[in-house]
Amino acid sequence: MSSRFRDDQPIFQQIAEMIESNIIEGSININDRIPSTNELAKHYQINPATAAKGINLLVDEGVIYKKRGVGMFVTENARDVVIKKRKDIFYEQYISPLLNEANRIEISTQQIMNWIKEGKENGN
Amino acid sequence: MEIKAEKLTKQYGKDFALNNFDLQLSGNKIIGLLGKNGAGKTTFMRMLSGHFLQSGGTIKIDDQSPFNNYPVTKNICFIQESNNFHEKFRVHEVLDIASIYYPNWDKNQAKELTKIFKLKEKQKVKALSKGMSSALGIIIGLSSNAPLTIFDEPYIGLDASFRSTFYDLLLESYENNPRMFILSTHLIDEVSKLFEEVVILHEGNKMLHESSEHLAEKHMILTGKKESIDPLMEGKNVIHEKSILGQKSVVLFDEVMESVPSDVEVSKATLQDLFVYLTKEEVKR
Repeated sequence: MSSRFRDDQPIFQQIAEMIESNIIEGSININDRIPSTNELAKHYQINPATAAKGINLLVDEGVIYKKRGVGMFVTENARDVVIKKRKDIFYEQYISPLLNEANRIEISTQQIMNWIKEGKENGN
Repeated sequence: MEIKAEKLTKQYGKDFALNNFDLQLSGNKIIGLLGKNGAGKTTFMRMLSGHFLQSGGTIKIDDQSPFNNYPVTKNICFIQESNNFHEKFRVHEVLDIASIYYPNWDKNQAKELTKIFKLKEKQKVKALSKGMSSALGIIIGLSSNAPLTIFDEPYIGLDASFRSTFYDLLLESYENNPRMFILSTHLIDEVSKLFEEVVILHEGNKMLHESSEHLAEKHMILTGKKESIDPLMEGKNVIHEKSILGQKSVVLFDEVMESVPSDVEVSKATLQDLFVYLTKEEVKR
């Protein structure tokens, strides 16, 4: 996990995102325990209330569940939920800025598509 | 712990250190108290700790005045930036005195922290470096376990590594014994992520009191071509603006924007930048 935060997004969202990324990459799996609010707070030197907000976001989305007195764990369909969420924002997050910059510096759509094909063929 | 200041005023001759200052704080939170030099932070914290009386208004902690009132002040540990301890004492004597004063004093914690900060118990306060003197203050503040613990620039002379240790210890102490911490500092970037609430004092008055989260929501930076930005800022509360090469960047505070054109970028400022925008006075030449 990277411990640097960006300024453009609330920290609690970034905390949630980091946990989500770990779930997608498989470094935490179904029914694995995730760090407690206080563990996260200490690790990132942030207020525990901020960490709790990030956790609650994931609980609301059905990515993690709380077991009273035991801790917080990854739900069965966490990975599906996260992947769907990431797919929904993919266009806005990656394609839109790509097209904007391409437009600004006059790169044709054909050229972009060629690069994407090449990238795919080279195993990316 | 509930703190209530109403029309709190402190006057020194003709000067007002605090002028009709209202503030309410409650709950077990880590609260950042910010303000430029001379804004009245230290005056407020000292009155909160019962060091002296106000010239006007009231200050109450759980409905009681702290001045000359041990039942209240035993629950408050105030660590100032320097001169906290009498020079003739040794470190272990200072710790002993604190252990008598604060009912929740944790002796083991004090021992452990003394080791962490590499303080020698037999050393005289007079012989401590600035950094080590700050460390002693931090040890007392944390070990006091006082329901209200106030740190006023607690780390003068403390290196970046020990400052980071202090943030770790503060969070650990807060986890083990949730209580109200008030932290006053000029190193805002370093600690802003620890704050649940922020109070900004300006010229003896409260400029704002918000949760950190709300404060982030309350402002926005708009960046784009001058022609795109100018119409957006009309009639708005602009706390900062700058432009270069036809690009303009403005910071709006306490404004709602329904929609922003696609060629305008929206971003957030750090707490430190926001603090500067809100309190900086332009230099007149």
